[in-house]
Amino acid sequence: MRIALFIACFNDTLFPDTGRAVVKVLERLGHEVEFPMAQTCCGQMHYNSGYQDETVPLLRRFVDVFEDAEAVVCPSSSCVNTVRGNYARIAAGLGDAELARRVDRLVPKVFEFAEFLVKKLGIDDVGAYYPHRVTYHPTCNSLRSLQVGDAASRLLQNVKGLELIELPDAAECCGFGGTFAVKNADTSIAMMTDKIRAIRTTKAEICTALDNSCLMHIGGGLSRERSGIRAVHLAEILAATEEEAPR
Amino acid sequence: MTDYGPGIVVRKPFAEAARKALRDSQLRRNLGKATSHIRRKRGEVVHELPDWQELREAGRAIKERTLRHLDHHLLTLEASVTRAGGTVHWARDGAEAALIIGDVLAKHDAREVIKIKSLTSDEIGLNSALSTRGIKAYETDLAEVIVQLGGDTASHIVVPAVHRNRAEIREIFKRNMADTADLSDRPADLTAAARRYLRQKFLTVPYAISGANFGVAETGSIVIFESEGNGRMCLTLPRVLITVMGIEKVVPTWRDMEVFLQTLPRSSTAERMNPYNSVWSGIKAGEGPEEFHLVLLDNRRTEVLADALARETLQCIRCAACLNVCPVYERTGGHAYGSTYPGPIGAILTPQLNDPGPAETLPWASSLCGACYEVCPVKINIPRILVHLRGKVVRRRRQTLAGKLSPESVAMATMARVFDNPRLYEWSQRAAAIGQIPFLHGGVIDRLPGPLAGWTAMRDLAPVPKQSFRAWWRERKQGTGRP
Repeated sequence: MRIALFIACFNDTLFPDTGRAVVKVLERLGHEVEFPMAQTCCGQMHYNSGYQDETVPLLRRFVDVFEDAEAVVCPSSSCVNTVRGNYARIAAGLGDAELARRVDRLVPKVFEFAEFLVKKLGIDDVGAYYPHRVTYHPTCNSLRSLQVGDAASRLLQNVKGLELIELPDAAECCGFGGTFAVKNADTSIAMMTDKIRAIRTTKAEICTALDNSCLMHIGGGLSRERSGIRAVHLAEILAATEEEAPR
Repeated sequence: MTDYGPGIVVRKPFAEAARKALRDSQLRRNLGKATSHIRRKRGEVVHELPDWQELREAGRAIKERTLRHLDHHLLTLEASVTRAGGTVHWARDGAEAALIIGDVLAKHDAREVIKIKSLTSDEIGLNSALSTRGIKAYETDLAEVIVQLGGDTASHIVVPAVHRNRAEIREIFKRNMADTADLSDRPADLTAAARRYLRQKFLTVPYAISGANFGVAETGSIVIFESEGNGRMCLTLPRVLITVMGIEKVVPTWRDMEVFLQTLPRSSTAERMNPYNSVWSGIKAGEGPEEFHLVLLDNRRTEVLADALARETLQCIRCAACLNVCPVYERTGGHAYGSTYPGPIGAILTPQLNDPGPAETLPWASSLCGACYEVCPVKINIPRILVHLRGKVVRRRRQTLAGKLSPESVAMATMARVFDNPRLYEWSQRAAAIGQIPFLHGGVIDRLPGPLAGWTAMRDLAPVPKQSFRAWWRERKQGTGRP
């Protein structure tokens, strides 16, 4: 399959390793990955922060760039949810029937990375090797908005060498929430503190998830506490093999 | 009129009010314990019903359909109540409702009135308004008694005194009730003291005020669900009964109640059925109150109804399930919201009932985690409405030059331009990698200036990598010679 990668601006700029890992896994499975250079941002930050007028040109750009793709894969469930959960309503609100039709055709082709592997390709073993104790935090967008279910856990369970440890109160939000983390920093940190306490009880070396945004927040707290636990995107775990260990 | 404060007028921005609550580790422990307990119990009774999702959808559909023809159902309710011997009043806002209620009581020369727990009466600041006319209102719901005698405000929709512990309740009772010098803090002793205090009110005050869980239009019946039976006392003993009801609480028929009789108790108190379900239709000679007044309150509900993207807000049946699952509420408590309506539902309802001001910070009091939407028994998409309200606030603020030129507004506009231009975007990525150098300490960014200081207070920030993904991709493509 020819897969268009939507990396998301956040990953492009701050977490390029995640993008490289997605490419590696998909190519290892025999697919062809393309990366349209005209892509930038889905508009999530603007939309969720109330700057909804600013989202419109970004939505148009996304549609222009990706509408001809066979499938679009993105390693960020919150960005996929922006497209899947909001684009149709935004387009309808603009009263642009042609744009609304283009959005309707595109949206079913856009997938979150783990969801794409398990639900679309029907694969839950990608031949990875990752000899570490790992706990999985289901991010709110992957859990409640996209409802990826056990996709990530199934992928992790099939990673050789990996010990998956259940996270207590896993479904509770980590407290990131985009601009919430800054505008309501105290509440965000209170939520993070409890999430980190739960992570520490697992004695895992790695906390993984499907969103680098949440992982940046959790990882930032783990780093400040000098916990020794690292936050790593699921794609990077799946990209690791016996021949080629992660950095 | 100095103490006349309607319960929905928010005085402090959420972040500021939350900071104070977050410092109170006792409060956080109490709330965490209480909310996780009720969450677990709710989960148990909800999972018993195989058709829970169908019931949620039915509840949503009933409310949506009713709101679409609200005028019609309200007129039917008015006709039915009138036919059954009650008097219906229409109140544009809280002040008007308080005036109507005060006038009814004044006509009887009432100096005291007993009250069933009512959020709507809190919303309009009814107790304070009545006190300015020399009428003392006594709360009779146990938790509301604790709140009232403590000179406090409610912090939860269903359990208003959830922020108080037993020791505090004992102190409040000792200071306000007769013969309590030796009162212990055992729950049985505390409730016995409250019972003695309340019985005296039930037997001596012939006037009562209630809210309404539902108003059934076809028969003109008002429905109250409660756990204690104190409400039942207020409904049966007094001579005059006044009900204040938000106009969104009407349902067309008794058939509609089948759904809410199942979903409301399970969602609110995690009970299969409430211990007391009271229903009355107007008045009946020789039985219960001799006079019944129904005050139908708008107080900006029609404005909410006019906003197609927010009108779902009015579907709320005040079960508080969203409060109990909310990770923000669990940590800040209800007082941080500064309103009769705290938690996720408060974050969307309060700003819509308020003037612009601190209430406008409430739509941002959420990480948009979606737990509220998942449990809501009438499927109010709270996260979507929060985002919609954020948009309304931003658009309103940007109508002024100062708002348009605010640092946040300028930053957002600039970023949107950058994101719509891949060359400028890539240039910015490189600029960020260089610009961050002064902030790097030991491989991480541990202190940022201005509005971003909140991030680094307790969180490190990994540095921006030298090579972006797209730069790597370009290099790789050139390296392998692929087009």
